[in-house]
This record gives sequence, structure tokens and C-alpha cells, in this order.
Amino acid sequence: MFRLEARTSTPAWFNLALPLLAIGATLVLCSGLIALAGAGVIEAYGVMFAASLGDSYAITETLVRATPMIFTGLAVAVAFRAKFWNIGAEGQLLAGAVASCAVGAIPMPGPLAMLLMALAGAAAGAAVALIPATLRVKFKVDDVVSSLLLNSVIFYALMALIEGPWKDSFSGYPISPPIEDSANFPVLLEGTRLHLGVVAAFVAAPVIWFLIARTTLGFRIRVIGENPEAARYGGIHVERVLISTALLSGALAGLAGVSEVGGVHFQVMSDISPGYGYSGIVVAMLARLNPLGVMPAALFLAAVMTGAEAMSRATGVPAFLSDVIQGTALLAMLVALLFTAYRIRRVGAA
Amino acid sequence: MSVVLEQIFQVGFLAAIIRIATPLAFATLGEMFSERAGVLNLGIEGIMLLSAMTGFTATSLSGSLWLGVLAAVLTGALMGAVHALFTVALGLSQHVCGIGVTLFSSGLAYFLYRLIFGQQSVPPSIKSFETLPIPVLSDIPVLGPAVFNQFSLVYMAMAAVPLAAFVLYRTPWGLSVRMVGENPRAADSAGVGVIATRFQAVILGGALMGLAGAFLSMVQFNAFTFGLVSGRGWVAIALVVFGRWDPWRSAGAALLFAFVDALQLRMQASGLGHIPYEAFLMLPFIFTIVAMAVMSRNAVAPSALLKPFRREER
Repeated sequence: MFRLEARTSTPAWFNLALPLLAIGATLVLCSGLIALAGAGVIEAYGVMFAASLGDSYAITETLVRATPMIFTGLAVAVAFRAKFWNIGAEGQLLAGAVASCAVGAIPMPGPLAMLLMALAGAAAGAAVALIPATLRVKFKVDDVVSSLLLNSVIFYALMALIEGPWKDSFSGYPISPPIEDSANFPVLLEGTRLHLGVVAAFVAAPVIWFLIARTTLGFRIRVIGENPEAARYGGIHVERVLISTALLSGALAGLAGVSEVGGVHFQVMSDISPGYGYSGIVVAMLARLNPLGVMPAALFLAAVMTGAEAMSRATGVPAFLSDVIQGTALLAMLVALLFTAYRIRRVGAA
Repeated sequence: MSVVLEQIFQVGFLAAIIRIATPLAFATLGEMFSERAGVLNLGIEGIMLLSAMTGFTATSLSGSLWLGVLAAVLTGALMGAVHALFTVALGLSQHVCGIGVTLFSSGLAYFLYRLIFGQQSVPPSIKSFETLPIPVLSDIPVLGPAVFNQFSLVYMAMAAVPLAAFVLYRTPWGLSVRMVGENPRAADSAGVGVIATRFQAVILGGALMGLAGAFLSMVQFNAFTFGLVSGRGWVAIALVVFGRWDPWRSAGAALLFAFVDALQLRMQASGLGHIPYEAFLMLPFIFTIVAMAVMSRNAVAPSALLKPFRREER
């Protein structure tokens, strides 16, 4: 006989084992689709791996792709730690992209432009995240729905800009004017797209980890997430911490937009984010909301995305497999997390 | 203003409102059933897309429109069951699962569509339903041809609203749904199967979302395109809140949204729009967010929304 029983603590190796278990299960499940498409499973995954991590150029492409998802992953991880259910990273990313693009189009010395772009983008993202947080604190409005709906509001605002005042008057395409050349983030490796934003993302993750794990604000964020009543009893101003969390989370998501504008696209278009905000949720969950874990989790999704194109060309399996893998990984991780709440114990023959 | 009024009383304009409102009505009713039972289904966006794809494919391969509708409904119900499996049976967090279901279903829809139809320069299309004029009623001036010379799926949506209200408020099952959404503990004590009822409501909701998807790919566009749903699922989430989780009000909200949408399309086409059309498109979302802040004082949302039920936990 086996029995499910509640767990009170989880061993540390779970943090690594559960995501690996979820990713393994995902790859096994999705191999069914590869077979359905008439390709060899090993071959398809092999091409995927080679095209995303096989040589140094591929690795830089994967790093570039991972960057926005590290930022949105951090944004979601920070928010979810405080049980601030920020589903709005997508909108906050777009707001950050628009703000940084507006700033980057103003002629000024490069380093100053980049600094101001980052500040403007972070501020715009934070401002958007402030709305659901304020509504929750002041009016007890559910943050899941309000933050989700704001994504659509911001998206249409962006569309209004690029189809209106920002529209390219020369080509007539709905794309914003480019930022100044001097504001383009410097490329760190000749012949690749590895830009300054990539480094910023890999610096941001440990910084956020330190903030969450070792500072007073981080402690408060964790406490209001785990036990708001105890936090209040202990003299923590729960509402204020929630607002701070939202600002931090929104700013991080905004930086994802900044990095895409400054390092990859140099302008804003309607499809500047192929859902990086939602991918941030996948990343954060795979990372078990640990900021350090966000880096490998984002790299995994980025490798899948980068590799899927090459896999499609080589084997004919539609590249949309990467989207299926993303969704499956999230669901698999949620199921794997059940092992942290319960354990299966063998009970003596009954 | 007179131009606006002139537009409103045109047959084409009224018919456009009805056609925009139909998928929203199905989707909104679907989400409403799920939420009344205490389960937020953010998978709606992806479920609509996947159902639109399976419905289109089934019709395209079999030549039968109703087989396509059936395929879409079954797809929606199946994905509803998947969402219920995660959120109701396993008690996992509803919003994260919903996003997972949306990512998974949209990815799968695109993947399978590309696999079945390949990459074609002209997307394949199907011959859609013919309109079905209702005798006598369709002869009423203006209103008749707009409302009573429609597709059978439109009539189904019109019938679905009173039917949903009847089921929710006048049947024992509807009472169970409302109980497990408001106070699952009490429902459980009263002998209502909380898990089973929630499963049924989420599956019914998924089936209705499937109908919404079917209408999009099989009536509105006659094809499956990649931006087919483009946020209509999120609109439905907003309309449920705006309609205060009530079938009549939610359907009314869908009609209101369709009116605004049809109006902005007309204004765009007639070159009247000095206001960017995106301003109209973001209105329902802004209204809903404001409405949530205003309504929050009367707590109209199902009390147990987002809360998993575990019998052994007290």
C-alpha cells in the first residue's frame, strides 16, 4: 500500500531535481509530436541542441534570446514570492520598450542615453505594475485579472503609437522611428549579437538573489508571501511591502523591454515580444522562484526557441514545437511541485 | 452624431454587432460557468484557438460543417478537463495552470495546423454555413434581416444565454455549481460532490469556449489564421467580471463590446475616426478594471474563486 502524506520540509536537492524531472517529462511527452511529424526524435532534439548550444555563435544567440526572459523571469519570481500575482509582465515589458525607445531617439551621448533608457524603461514598467498593486491594496481588486487585462491595454496603447504618431512616414509600416545609433547597446563580441543587455541580465539575477535572500526588503517580501498575518503581527507594513514588490517586479519586466530595444531591435514594433512576459512565468516556476535559478531556466527556454528553427529546417517538424514545449514544461513543473507538498510513503501491508 | 445614428440603424451594422458578439457570448458564458464553480480558467485564449483549429480541420477534411463544430466542442471540453485535472483534482494554482493551458494549447494548435496543412501562400479555407432565415421574423424591417437571417451558430448563442441562466439559477445542478463556487465546505457537508461539480462546470465551460473557437474559424473567417483569437479570450475574462458573473449581464456586456467594436470598424472604414481605433479596443479592459475597483465593495465575485478544495484540510 502506498499513501500520500503531507510534507513539512523539502530536501535541498529538490530545487534541482524537480525542474530536471519536469524538463525530462516535457521532452518525452513532446517527442510524441516529433514522431507524429515523421521525424526521428533523437535527430530532432540533436539538431535543436546543436543549433542552440553546439558552437560559440549558437551559444551567443541563445544568450541573447534568454536575456528578456531572465528579466521577466526575475520580475515574476520576485512578485510571486510576495504572492503578488503579476501576470502582467508582458504589458510591463512593452511599456519599458516604448519608454526606452522614446528616450533613445533623443540625440545625446551614448552612455547617457543608455542609462536614461534603462531608467525610463524601468520606471514605465514599474508604473504599470503599480496599478494592479494599488487596486489590490486600496480596493481589494484581484491582481491576477487586473494585471492580465492591463497587458491588452498596454498592447493597444503601443499599437496606437506605432500606427499613429510614431508610424514610419517613409515606408508606412507600423514601426517606431529607430533610436539614435549612439544609443545602440555596444556589441561585446565581434560578429555576434551579444550586447550589453545580456551582461546586465546576468548581473541582475545575482543582485536580485542577494536582495531577496539577504536584505530586509527581501525578508519582508518573503514573509508577506508566506504568512501575511504573521508579517502584520510582526510589525511589517504589508501593503507598503506589496507596493515595493510591484515596483521592483514591474521595473525588472520593463528592463526586458529596454534590452530588446537597445540591444536587438533598436525600435518598437507590434511583435517586439513573442510573449516573453508569459514565458517569464514559465521561467520563474521552473526556477522555483529562485532568482539564481532564473538564469538556467531562461537559458533552457531560449535554447528551445533558438534550436526549434534549425530543427524545423532540418527535419520538417514545425518550429511551433517550442511553444508546445514551453506550455508543457510549465504544466509538468506544476505537477512536479506536488512532490514538495506531499510524499508517497509505503505503508505496511494492510 | 446623426452620422453615428444613421450607421446604427443599418442592417449591415446590426448584423455585424451580432456576429462580433456571438463568439464572445459563447466564450463569456463558458468562462462564467467555470468561475461560478470557483475555477478561473485563463486557458480560455488557448482553448479557443485549439478548438478553432480542430473544428476547421475536421470540416476541411470531412466536408461536414457540423462535424467540425462537434470536433471543436469536444476539443474545448477535453482542454477544460485538463484544466480541471490540474486545478480541481490536483489543487494547483489556477492562474499559473491557466497560463500553462493557454501556452500549451496555442502552441499545439499552430503545430498541428502547420503539420496538417503545411506552409501555403494562400491559407486554405472552407465553405462556411449559409444563413438560415427564420420565417416571418426575418421579414421585420431592419431588425429582421439583421437578427433573424443569421447562421445557426448565432441562434445557438442567442438560445444559450437564457438556457445558461435557467441551468444556473433554476436547476439542482446550477445550485450545486453556485454552492461549490461560494462555499465548497458547506456544499460538501450538504452532500454535494465539490470535485465532481467543479469538473463538470469547467468541462461545460470548455465546450462553450470550443463553440466560440468554432464560430471564429468556421463562420467569421472561414479559415484558420495565426492571429485568429487575438485576445478575444482575455476580452471574455473581462466581460465575465463586467457582467458580474451573471449570464444575462455577461451576454449584455458582450453585446455592448460588440457594438463598440462594430462602431470603431465603421468609423475606421468611413474615415471618420480621428480617435485611434485602439482607443476603442482598450475600452472594455479599462472599464472592467475600473468596474472591479467599484464593485469590490459589494463582493460579487464567487467567494471560492481561485481557492482549491481539499477535503482533508480544515
